[in-house]
Amino acid sequence: MDDDFPLPEVDQTNKPFWDGLSEGRLLFQKCDDCNYSWLPARQECPKCLGANYTWIEASGSGVMTSWVVYHTAFIPAYKDRLPYNVAIVKLAEGPQMATNIVGETDYSNFSIDHPVELAIEKEHGVNVARFRLIGAE
Amino acid sequence: MRGKVVIAGVGHTVFGKLEGRSPVSLNVEACRKALNDASISKDEIDAVLVKYPTSKFQSKFGQTVAEALGIMPRIGGVWDQAGASGISMISFAAMAIEHDQCEVALVCMADNPRTGTRSAYAKPRGGADGSGTHGWVSTTAGYAMIARRHMGEHGTTEEQLAAVAINNRANGAKNPNAQLQIPITLDDYLQSRLIVDPLRRDDCCLISDGGAAVVVMSAERARKAGVEKPVPILGFGQGQTSWEVAQRPDLTRTMAHKSGATAFKMAGVSPKDIDVAQFYDCFTITPIMSLEDYGFCKHGDGGSFVSDGGIGWDGGLPFNTSGGLLSETGMPGMQLVIEGVRQMRGEANLQVRNAKKGIVSNQGGEMHTHSTLILGQ
Repeated sequence: MDDDFPLPEVDQTNKPFWDGLSEGRLLFQKCDDCNYSWLPARQECPKCLGANYTWIEASGSGVMTSWVVYHTAFIPAYKDRLPYNVAIVKLAEGPQMATNIVGETDYSNFSIDHPVELAIEKEHGVNVARFRLIGAE
Repeated sequence: MRGKVVIAGVGHTVFGKLEGRSPVSLNVEACRKALNDASISKDEIDAVLVKYPTSKFQSKFGQTVAEALGIMPRIGGVWDQAGASGISMISFAAMAIEHDQCEVALVCMADNPRTGTRSAYAKPRGGADGSGTHGWVSTTAGYAMIARRHMGEHGTTEEQLAAVAINNRANGAKNPNAQLQIPITLDDYLQSRLIVDPLRRDDCCLISDGGAAVVVMSAERARKAGVEKPVPILGFGQGQTSWEVAQRPDLTRTMAHKSGATAFKMAGVSPKDIDVAQFYDCFTITPIMSLEDYGFCKHGDGGSFVSDGGIGWDGGLPFNTSGGLLSETGMPGMQLVIEGVRQMRGEANLQVRNAKKGIVSNQGGEMHTHSTLILGQ
Protein backbone atom coordinates (compact mmCIF):
# COMPACT_ATOMS: atom_id res chain seq x y z
CA MET A 1 0.00 0.00 0.00
CA ASP A 2 2.86 2.38 0.78
CA ASP A 3 4.00 2.12 -2.82
CA ASP A 4 0.71 3.72 -3.78
CA PHE A 5 1.13 6.71 -1.50
CA PRO A 6 0.74 9.92 -3.55
CA LEU A 7 4.03 11.65 -2.90
CA PRO A 8 4.60 15.21 -4.15
CA GLU A 9 5.73 15.44 -7.75
CA VAL A 10 8.89 17.50 -7.51
CA ASP A 11 10.00 19.43 -10.58
CA GLN A 12 12.36 22.26 -11.37
CA THR A 13 9.79 24.91 -10.48
CA ASN A 14 8.65 23.60 -7.11
CA LYS A 15 11.95 22.09 -5.95
CA PRO A 16 12.80 25.08 -3.69
CA PHE A 17 9.43 24.62 -1.92
CA TRP A 18 10.07 20.95 -1.14
CA ASP A 19 13.77 21.53 -0.36
CA GLY A 20 12.71 24.28 2.07
CA LEU A 21 10.36 21.94 3.90
CA SER A 22 13.06 19.29 4.13
CA GLU A 23 15.12 21.93 5.97
CA GLY A 24 12.18 22.77 8.22
CA ARG A 25 11.12 25.97 6.48
CA LEU A 26 7.88 26.78 4.63
CA LEU A 27 8.68 28.94 1.61
CA PHE A 28 6.48 30.92 -0.76
CA GLN A 29 7.23 32.92 -3.88
CA LYS A 30 7.29 36.73 -3.84
CA CYS A 31 7.41 38.81 -7.02
CA ASP A 32 10.49 41.04 -7.30
CA ASP A 33 8.55 43.44 -9.51
CA CYS A 34 5.13 43.88 -7.84
CA ASN A 35 5.66 42.26 -4.40
CA TYR A 36 2.72 39.86 -4.82
CA SER A 37 3.12 36.61 -2.87
CA TRP A 38 1.80 33.23 -3.95
CA LEU A 39 1.67 29.46 -3.75
CA PRO A 40 1.73 26.91 -5.35
CA ALA A 41 4.97 27.27 -7.27
CA ARG A 42 4.75 28.99 -10.65
CA GLN A 43 7.27 30.34 -13.11
CA GLU A 44 5.49 33.67 -13.50
CA CYS A 45 3.76 36.01 -11.07
CA PRO A 46 0.00 35.52 -11.53
CA LYS A 47 -0.54 39.22 -10.79
CA CYS A 48 1.95 41.12 -13.00
CA LEU A 49 3.15 38.12 -15.11
CA GLY A 50 6.79 38.96 -14.40
CA ALA A 51 9.25 36.08 -14.16
CA ASN A 52 11.42 37.50 -11.38
CA TYR A 53 10.69 36.15 -7.94
CA THR A 54 12.35 35.24 -4.67
CA TRP A 55 11.55 32.35 -2.34
CA ILE A 56 10.71 33.80 1.11
CA GLU A 57 10.29 31.95 4.40
CA ALA A 58 6.76 32.14 5.81
CA SER A 59 6.23 33.09 9.44
CA GLY A 60 4.17 29.91 9.78
CA SER A 61 1.09 31.63 11.11
CA GLY A 62 -2.20 31.87 9.29
CA VAL A 63 -5.93 31.19 9.50
CA MET A 64 -8.03 28.20 8.51
CA THR A 65 -10.44 29.37 5.80
CA SER A 66 -12.45 26.15 5.75
CA TRP A 67 -12.07 22.43 6.36
CA VAL A 68 -13.62 19.07 5.49
CA VAL A 69 -13.51 15.62 7.04
CA TYR A 70 -13.21 12.66 4.68
CA HIS A 71 -15.34 9.62 5.48
CA THR A 72 -14.55 8.05 2.11
CA ALA A 73 -11.12 7.02 0.85
CA PHE A 74 -11.09 8.10 -2.77
CA ILE A 75 -7.63 6.59 -3.05
CA PRO A 76 -6.57 3.39 -1.31
CA ALA A 77 -3.61 4.92 0.54
CA TYR A 78 -5.99 6.90 2.77
CA LYS A 79 -8.24 4.01 3.76
CA ASP A 80 -6.55 3.47 7.11
CA ARG A 81 -6.66 7.18 7.99
CA LEU A 82 -10.42 7.72 7.85
CA PRO A 83 -11.79 9.99 9.04
CA TYR A 84 -9.11 12.52 8.15
CA ASN A 85 -9.28 16.25 7.60
CA VAL A 86 -8.14 18.62 4.86
CA ALA A 87 -8.15 22.36 5.49
CA ILE A 88 -7.43 25.46 3.47
CA VAL A 89 -4.98 27.73 5.27
CA LYS A 90 -4.33 31.34 4.33
CA LEU A 91 -0.84 32.31 5.44
CA ALA A 92 -0.30 35.66 7.18
CA GLU A 93 1.71 36.69 4.12
CA GLY A 94 -1.21 35.96 1.74
CA PRO A 95 -0.60 32.64 -0.07
CA GLN A 96 -3.19 29.89 0.45
CA MET A 97 -2.73 26.13 0.53
CA ALA A 98 -4.55 22.86 1.06
CA THR A 99 -3.17 21.12 4.13
CA ASN A 100 -4.10 19.03 7.19
CA ILE A 101 -4.76 20.13 10.75
CA VAL A 102 -2.88 18.01 13.31
CA GLY A 103 -3.12 17.68 17.08
CA GLU A 104 -6.91 18.01 17.24
CA THR A 105 -9.50 15.45 16.21
CA ASP A 106 -12.49 16.96 18.02
CA TYR A 107 -13.98 18.83 15.11
CA SER A 108 -16.33 20.78 17.36
CA ASN A 109 -13.20 22.82 18.14
CA PHE A 110 -12.79 23.78 14.49
CA SER A 111 -14.18 27.07 13.19
CA ILE A 112 -13.68 29.17 10.09
CA ASP A 113 -10.88 31.72 10.32
CA HIS A 114 -9.41 29.92 13.34
CA PRO A 115 -5.73 30.92 13.78
CA VAL A 116 -3.21 28.18 13.00
CA GLU A 117 0.54 27.67 13.13
CA LEU A 118 2.91 25.59 11.02
CA ALA A 119 3.63 22.02 12.16
CA ILE A 120 5.95 20.34 9.65
CA GLU A 121 5.62 16.55 9.66
CA LYS A 122 7.38 13.74 7.89
CA GLU A 123 5.08 11.84 5.52
CA HIS A 124 6.53 8.72 3.89
CA GLY A 125 10.00 10.25 4.18
CA VAL A 126 9.01 13.66 2.83
CA ASN A 127 8.50 16.76 5.00
CA VAL A 128 5.06 18.30 4.44
CA ALA A 129 3.51 21.51 5.77
CA ARG A 130 0.70 20.78 8.19
CA PHE A 131 -0.79 23.12 10.79
CA ARG A 132 -2.15 23.03 14.32
CA LEU A 133 -4.87 25.17 15.84
CA ILE A 134 -3.65 27.95 18.11
CA GLY A 135 -5.39 28.35 21.44
CA ALA A 136 -7.56 25.25 21.11
CA GLU A 137 -9.00 24.12 24.44
CA MET B 1 -30.64 39.16 -30.52
CA ARG B 2 -33.18 38.42 -27.77
CA GLY B 3 -35.62 35.78 -29.05
CA LYS B 4 -34.09 35.61 -32.53
CA VAL B 5 -32.72 32.10 -32.01
CA VAL B 6 -34.72 29.13 -30.75
CA ILE B 7 -34.33 25.63 -29.44
CA ALA B 8 -36.21 23.69 -32.09
CA GLY B 9 -35.83 20.16 -30.82
CA VAL B 10 -34.64 18.16 -27.84
CA GLY B 11 -33.73 14.52 -27.32
CA HIS B 12 -32.17 12.25 -24.77
CA THR B 13 -31.45 8.61 -24.03
CA VAL B 14 -32.70 6.79 -20.97
CA PHE B 15 -30.56 7.56 -17.94
CA GLY B 16 -28.80 5.20 -15.56
CA LYS B 17 -26.72 2.12 -16.09
CA LEU B 18 -26.28 1.57 -19.82
CA GLU B 19 -23.80 -1.27 -20.01
CA GLY B 20 -21.84 -1.41 -23.23
CA ARG B 21 -22.99 1.94 -24.63
CA SER B 22 -20.17 4.27 -25.64
CA PRO B 23 -20.31 8.07 -25.30
CA VAL B 24 -20.31 8.28 -29.13
CA SER B 25 -23.30 5.96 -29.41
CA LEU B 26 -25.21 7.81 -26.68
CA ASN B 27 -24.53 11.13 -28.45
CA VAL B 28 -25.83 9.74 -31.73
CA GLU B 29 -29.02 8.40 -30.13
CA ALA B 30 -29.69 11.74 -28.42
CA CYS B 31 -29.06 13.64 -31.67
CA ARG B 32 -31.36 11.30 -33.64
CA LYS B 33 -34.13 11.97 -31.13
CA ALA B 34 -33.54 15.74 -31.14
CA LEU B 35 -33.68 15.81 -34.96
CA ASN B 36 -36.92 13.80 -34.92
CA ASP B 37 -38.35 16.11 -32.28
CA ALA B 38 -37.56 19.14 -34.47
CA SER B 39 -38.83 17.25 -37.55
CA ILE B 40 -35.77 18.17 -39.56
CA SER B 41 -33.28 16.16 -41.56
CA LYS B 42 -29.68 15.79 -40.46
CA ASP B 43 -28.73 17.24 -43.86
CA GLU B 44 -29.77 20.64 -42.51
CA ILE B 45 -27.18 20.49 -39.70
CA ASP B 46 -24.05 22.54 -40.33
CA ALA B 47 -22.70 22.81 -36.79
CA VAL B 48 -22.01 20.01 -34.29
CA LEU B 49 -20.95 21.17 -30.84
CA VAL B 50 -20.10 18.50 -28.28
CA LYS B 51 -19.13 18.47 -24.63
CA TYR B 52 -16.13 16.24 -24.07
CA PRO B 53 -16.89 13.19 -21.90
CA THR B 54 -15.73 14.12 -18.40
CA SER B 55 -14.94 10.58 -17.37
CA LYS B 56 -12.40 10.01 -20.13
CA PHE B 57 -10.79 12.71 -22.24
CA GLN B 58 -10.61 11.96 -25.94
CA SER B 59 -8.81 14.21 -28.38
CA LYS B 60 -10.92 15.58 -31.29
CA PHE B 61 -14.05 14.05 -29.78
CA GLY B 62 -16.26 16.58 -31.62
CA GLN B 63 -15.04 15.30 -34.98
CA THR B 64 -15.53 11.71 -33.82
CA VAL B 65 -19.17 12.40 -32.97
CA ALA B 66 -19.76 14.32 -36.22
CA GLU B 67 -18.38 11.38 -38.17
CA ALA B 68 -20.64 8.94 -36.34
CA LEU B 69 -23.53 11.26 -37.23
CA GLY B 70 -22.42 11.24 -40.87
CA ILE B 71 -22.20 15.04 -40.82
CA MET B 72 -19.35 17.21 -42.10
CA PRO B 73 -20.25 20.50 -40.42
CA ARG B 74 -19.01 24.02 -41.06
CA ILE B 75 -18.43 24.45 -37.33
CA GLY B 76 -17.61 21.56 -35.04
CA GLY B 77 -15.62 20.74 -31.97
CA VAL B 78 -15.55 20.17 -28.25
CA TRP B 79 -16.27 22.63 -25.49
CA ASP B 80 -14.51 22.13 -22.17
CA GLN B 81 -16.16 23.97 -19.31
CA ALA B 82 -17.29 20.84 -17.49
CA GLY B 83 -20.92 21.29 -16.37
CA ALA B 84 -21.23 24.79 -17.83
CA SER B 85 -20.53 23.47 -21.34
CA GLY B 86 -24.12 22.77 -22.41
CA ILE B 87 -25.47 26.30 -22.14
CA SER B 88 -22.17 27.79 -23.29
CA MET B 89 -22.34 25.70 -26.49
CA ILE B 90 -25.96 26.73 -27.05
CA SER B 91 -24.89 30.37 -26.59
CA PHE B 92 -22.05 29.92 -29.06
CA ALA B 93 -24.42 28.29 -31.55
CA ALA B 94 -26.89 31.17 -31.17
CA MET B 95 -24.19 33.77 -31.81
CA ALA B 96 -22.81 31.81 -34.79
CA ILE B 97 -26.31 31.54 -36.30
CA GLU B 98 -26.97 35.25 -35.74
CA HIS B 99 -23.77 36.08 -37.63
CA ASP B 100 -24.35 33.65 -40.54
CA GLN B 101 -21.50 31.34 -39.56
CA CYS B 102 -23.90 28.39 -39.55
CA GLU B 103 -27.65 27.78 -39.86
CA VAL B 104 -28.68 24.82 -37.74
CA ALA B 105 -26.62 23.47 -34.84
CA LEU B 106 -26.72 20.20 -32.98
CA VAL B 107 -25.48 20.64 -29.40
CA CYS B 108 -24.95 17.45 -27.47
CA MET B 109 -23.30 15.66 -24.57
CA ALA B 110 -23.02 12.06 -23.45
CA ASP B 111 -20.91 10.04 -21.09
CA ASN B 112 -20.78 6.64 -19.41
CA PRO B 113 -19.18 7.19 -15.98
CA ARG B 114 -21.55 4.67 -14.40
CA THR B 115 -20.44 1.63 -16.37
CA GLY B 116 -17.24 2.99 -17.95
CA THR B 117 -14.30 4.56 -16.19
CA ARG B 118 -14.64 7.38 -13.72
CA SER B 119 -11.03 7.67 -12.72
CA ALA B 120 -10.95 11.17 -14.17
CA TYR B 121 -13.24 12.39 -11.39
CA ALA B 122 -10.58 11.78 -8.74
CA LYS B 123 -7.17 13.41 -8.42
CA PRO B 124 -5.20 10.39 -7.22
CA ARG B 125 -1.72 11.84 -7.70
CA GLY B 126 0.45 13.65 -5.19
CA GLY B 127 0.57 16.74 -7.35
CA ALA B 128 3.28 19.35 -7.76
CA ASP B 129 1.85 21.20 -4.75
CA GLY B 130 1.41 18.04 -2.69
CA SER B 131 -2.38 18.39 -2.61
CA GLY B 132 -2.80 14.66 -3.14
CA THR B 133 -0.16 14.01 -0.49
CA HIS B 134 -2.43 15.85 1.95
CA GLY B 135 -5.36 13.71 0.81
CA TRP B 136 -7.01 16.65 -0.99
CA VAL B 137 -8.84 14.69 -3.70
CA SER B 138 -12.37 14.38 -5.14
CA THR B 139 -14.89 16.83 -6.47
CA THR B 140 -17.17 16.13 -3.50
CA ALA B 141 -14.48 17.45 -1.16
CA GLY B 142 -14.17 20.68 -3.14
CA TYR B 143 -17.88 21.37 -2.74
CA ALA B 144 -17.75 20.25 0.90
CA MET B 145 -15.03 22.84 1.52
CA ILE B 146 -17.24 25.52 -0.01
CA ALA B 147 -20.30 24.31 1.93
CA ARG B 148 -18.41 24.41 5.25
CA ARG B 149 -17.35 28.01 4.66
CA HIS B 150 -20.93 28.95 3.73
CA MET B 151 -22.19 27.30 6.91
CA GLY B 152 -19.60 29.13 8.99
CA GLU B 153 -20.14 32.51 7.39
CA HIS B 154 -23.90 32.48 6.96
CA GLY B 155 -25.19 29.90 9.40
CA THR B 156 -26.39 27.58 6.66
CA THR B 157 -27.52 24.29 8.21
CA GLU B 158 -27.66 20.67 7.11
CA GLU B 159 -31.46 20.89 7.31
CA GLN B 160 -31.27 23.67 4.72
CA LEU B 161 -29.02 21.58 2.47
CA ALA B 162 -31.58 18.80 2.92
CA ALA B 163 -34.38 21.08 1.68
CA VAL B 164 -32.79 21.08 -1.79
CA ALA B 165 -32.44 17.30 -1.84
CA ILE B 166 -36.02 16.79 -0.57
CA ASN B 167 -37.48 19.12 -3.23
CA ASN B 168 -35.52 17.69 -6.13
CA ARG B 169 -35.97 14.06 -5.09
CA ALA B 170 -39.74 14.61 -4.70
CA ASN B 171 -39.92 15.93 -8.26
CA GLY B 172 -37.71 13.15 -9.57
CA ALA B 173 -39.88 10.55 -7.85
CA LYS B 174 -42.73 11.64 -10.14
CA ASN B 175 -40.57 11.56 -13.27
CA PRO B 176 -40.91 8.15 -14.96
CA ASN B 177 -37.61 8.77 -16.77
CA ALA B 178 -35.64 9.62 -13.61
CA GLN B 179 -32.79 7.33 -12.66
CA LEU B 180 -33.69 7.62 -8.95
CA GLN B 181 -37.42 7.76 -8.25
CA ILE B 182 -37.30 7.58 -4.47
CA PRO B 183 -38.37 10.65 -2.47
CA ILE B 184 -36.65 11.38 0.84
CA THR B 185 -37.59 12.89 4.17
CA LEU B 186 -35.39 15.00 6.42
CA ASP B 187 -34.80 11.91 8.58
CA ASP B 188 -33.66 9.90 5.56
CA TYR B 189 -31.30 12.69 4.67
CA LEU B 190 -29.83 12.98 8.17
CA GLN B 191 -29.30 9.22 8.26
CA SER B 192 -27.52 9.05 4.93
CA ARG B 193 -23.83 8.48 5.39
CA LEU B 194 -21.22 11.24 5.38
CA ILE B 195 -19.08 11.20 2.25
CA VAL B 196 -16.94 14.23 2.96
CA ASP B 197 -18.28 16.08 6.00
CA PRO B 198 -20.33 18.28 5.78
CA LEU B 199 -21.72 16.55 2.67
CA ARG B 200 -23.73 13.34 2.90
CA ARG B 201 -24.65 10.83 0.22
CA ASP B 202 -27.97 12.60 -0.31
CA ASP B 203 -26.18 15.90 -0.98
CA CYS B 204 -24.42 14.35 -3.98
CA CYS B 205 -25.64 13.96 -7.54
CA LEU B 206 -26.09 10.63 -9.23
CA ILE B 207 -23.51 8.98 -11.44
CA SER B 208 -25.21 8.24 -14.72
CA ASP B 209 -24.71 7.00 -18.23
CA GLY B 210 -26.70 8.84 -20.86
CA GLY B 211 -26.83 11.41 -23.61
CA ALA B 212 -28.81 14.55 -24.47
CA ALA B 213 -28.99 16.90 -27.44
CA VAL B 214 -30.75 20.02 -28.64
CA VAL B 215 -31.24 21.57 -32.08
CA VAL B 216 -30.62 25.32 -32.34
CA MET B 217 -31.73 27.50 -35.29
CA SER B 218 -33.07 30.99 -36.00
CA ALA B 219 -36.67 31.76 -35.10
CA GLU B 220 -37.24 32.64 -38.73
CA ARG B 221 -35.98 29.31 -39.99
CA ALA B 222 -38.06 27.46 -37.41
CA ARG B 223 -41.15 29.33 -38.62
CA LYS B 224 -40.42 28.51 -42.27
CA ALA B 225 -39.65 24.87 -41.46
CA GLY B 226 -42.89 24.56 -39.50
CA VAL B 227 -41.20 23.58 -36.24
CA GLU B 228 -44.09 22.90 -33.92
CA LYS B 229 -42.99 24.40 -30.64
CA PRO B 230 -39.84 26.46 -30.98
CA VAL B 231 -38.64 27.85 -27.66
CA PRO B 232 -36.99 31.26 -27.98
CA ILE B 233 -33.70 31.95 -26.25
CA LEU B 234 -34.14 35.29 -24.47
CA GLY B 235 -30.77 35.61 -22.82
CA PHE B 236 -27.53 33.90 -21.93
CA GLY B 237 -24.30 34.66 -20.13
CA GLN B 238 -21.17 33.14 -18.69
CA GLY B 239 -18.74 33.70 -15.84
CA GLN B 240 -15.64 32.02 -14.50
CA THR B 241 -13.31 31.97 -11.60
CA SER B 242 -10.40 29.81 -12.56
CA TRP B 243 -8.84 29.78 -9.11
CA GLU B 244 -8.60 26.34 -7.57
CA VAL B 245 -10.77 25.94 -4.48
CA ALA B 246 -7.69 26.25 -2.24
CA GLN B 247 -6.68 29.48 -4.01
CA ARG B 248 -10.10 31.10 -4.31
CA PRO B 249 -10.35 34.61 -2.85
CA ASP B 250 -13.98 34.13 -1.77
CA LEU B 251 -15.35 30.62 -1.27
CA THR B 252 -18.96 31.71 -0.89
CA ARG B 253 -19.39 33.48 -4.22
CA THR B 254 -20.40 31.58 -7.39
CA MET B 255 -20.05 32.90 -10.90
CA ALA B 256 -23.86 32.93 -11.16
CA HIS B 257 -23.62 36.62 -10.29
CA LYS B 258 -21.60 37.28 -13.44
CA SER B 259 -23.31 34.91 -15.87
CA GLY B 260 -26.74 35.80 -14.47
CA ALA B 261 -26.20 39.55 -14.77
CA THR B 262 -25.27 39.13 -18.45
CA ALA B 263 -28.22 36.83 -19.17
CA PHE B 264 -30.83 38.89 -17.30
CA LYS B 265 -29.66 42.07 -19.03
CA MET B 266 -29.82 40.42 -22.46
CA ALA B 267 -33.29 39.01 -21.75
CA GLY B 268 -34.51 42.30 -20.25
CA VAL B 269 -35.90 40.51 -17.21
CA SER B 270 -35.05 40.08 -13.53
CA PRO B 271 -35.43 37.16 -11.10
CA LYS B 272 -38.98 38.23 -10.17
CA ASP B 273 -40.05 37.58 -13.78
CA ILE B 274 -38.95 33.95 -13.68
CA ASP B 275 -41.73 31.32 -13.39
CA VAL B 276 -39.69 28.12 -13.25
CA ALA B 277 -36.05 27.26 -12.57
CA GLN B 278 -33.71 24.38 -13.42
CA PHE B 279 -30.50 24.72 -11.42
CA TYR B 280 -27.33 22.67 -11.55
CA ASP B 281 -27.54 20.61 -8.34
CA CYS B 282 -24.37 18.55 -8.45
CA PHE B 283 -24.32 19.06 -4.68
CA THR B 284 -27.04 20.67 -2.56
CA ILE B 285 -24.89 23.68 -1.70
CA THR B 286 -24.65 24.65 -5.38
CA PRO B 287 -28.25 25.76 -6.01
CA ILE B 288 -28.36 27.49 -2.61
CA MET B 289 -25.42 29.68 -3.56
CA SER B 290 -26.57 30.12 -7.17
CA LEU B 291 -29.97 31.41 -5.96
CA GLU B 292 -28.14 34.04 -3.91
CA ASP B 293 -25.84 35.10 -6.70
CA TYR B 294 -28.62 35.35 -9.27
CA GLY B 295 -30.47 37.64 -6.88
CA PHE B 296 -33.43 35.40 -6.02
CA CYS B 297 -32.47 36.14 -2.41
CA LYS B 298 -29.78 38.09 -0.58
CA HIS B 299 -26.18 36.90 -0.34
CA GLY B 300 -26.00 34.45 2.56
CA ASP B 301 -29.78 33.85 2.67
CA GLY B 302 -29.87 30.92 0.24
CA GLY B 303 -30.24 28.36 3.03
CA SER B 304 -33.28 29.98 4.61
CA PHE B 305 -34.69 30.71 1.13
CA VAL B 306 -34.80 27.02 0.17
CA SER B 307 -36.03 25.83 3.58
CA ASP B 308 -38.68 28.52 4.09
CA GLY B 309 -40.73 28.03 0.94
CA GLY B 310 -38.64 30.01 -1.54
CA ILE B 311 -38.60 26.99 -3.82
CA GLY B 312 -41.31 24.42 -4.43
CA TRP B 313 -44.95 24.13 -5.42
CA ASP B 314 -46.57 25.96 -2.53
CA GLY B 315 -46.04 29.52 -3.67
CA GLY B 316 -42.30 29.23 -4.15
CA LEU B 317 -40.28 29.11 -7.33
CA PRO B 318 -40.95 25.72 -8.96
CA PHE B 319 -37.49 24.25 -8.91
CA ASN B 320 -35.76 21.39 -10.73
CA THR B 321 -39.11 20.09 -11.86
CA SER B 322 -37.73 16.87 -13.36
CA GLY B 323 -35.45 16.04 -10.45
CA GLY B 324 -32.15 17.59 -11.49
CA LEU B 325 -28.77 15.94 -11.06
CA LEU B 326 -29.86 14.61 -7.67
CA SER B 327 -32.68 12.51 -9.08
CA GLU B 328 -33.26 12.57 -12.85
CA THR B 329 -29.67 11.94 -13.97
CA GLY B 330 -26.21 13.01 -12.89
CA MET B 331 -25.51 14.12 -16.48
CA PRO B 332 -23.68 17.45 -16.38
CA GLY B 333 -26.41 19.88 -17.33
CA MET B 334 -28.15 19.29 -20.65
CA GLN B 335 -31.11 17.55 -19.00
CA LEU B 336 -31.82 20.85 -17.23
CA VAL B 337 -31.98 22.68 -20.57
CA ILE B 338 -34.34 20.01 -21.92
CA GLU B 339 -36.65 20.33 -18.92
CA GLY B 340 -36.53 24.12 -19.31
CA VAL B 341 -37.66 23.67 -22.92
CA ARG B 342 -40.47 21.26 -21.92
CA GLN B 343 -41.77 23.80 -19.40
CA MET B 344 -41.89 26.53 -22.03
CA ARG B 345 -43.66 24.20 -24.45
CA GLY B 346 -46.18 23.33 -21.77
CA GLU B 347 -45.42 19.62 -21.96
CA ALA B 348 -43.38 18.93 -18.83
CA ASN B 349 -44.22 15.95 -16.68
CA LEU B 350 -44.77 18.31 -13.74
CA GLN B 351 -45.92 21.32 -15.72
CA VAL B 352 -45.90 24.75 -14.09
CA ARG B 353 -49.18 26.36 -15.09
CA ASN B 354 -48.84 29.52 -17.17
CA ALA B 355 -45.07 29.42 -17.04
CA LYS B 356 -43.84 32.10 -19.43
CA LYS B 357 -40.19 32.45 -18.57
CA GLY B 358 -37.69 29.91 -17.31
CA ILE B 359 -34.10 30.04 -16.18
CA VAL B 360 -31.53 27.27 -16.51
CA SER B 361 -28.30 27.37 -14.50
CA ASN B 362 -25.27 25.33 -15.58
CA GLN B 363 -21.97 25.31 -13.75
CA GLY B 364 -18.90 23.17 -13.67
CA GLY B 365 -15.64 22.11 -12.12
CA GLU B 366 -15.75 23.05 -8.46
CA MET B 367 -17.80 26.19 -9.11
CA HIS B 368 -15.15 27.35 -11.60
CA THR B 369 -17.41 27.88 -14.60
CA HIS B 370 -20.96 29.13 -14.92
CA SER B 371 -23.47 29.66 -17.71
CA THR B 372 -27.06 30.83 -17.68
CA LEU B 373 -29.91 30.44 -20.16
CA ILE B 374 -33.22 32.31 -20.05
CA LEU B 375 -36.01 30.80 -22.13
CA GLY B 376 -39.37 32.22 -23.17
CA GLN B 377 -42.33 31.39 -25.36
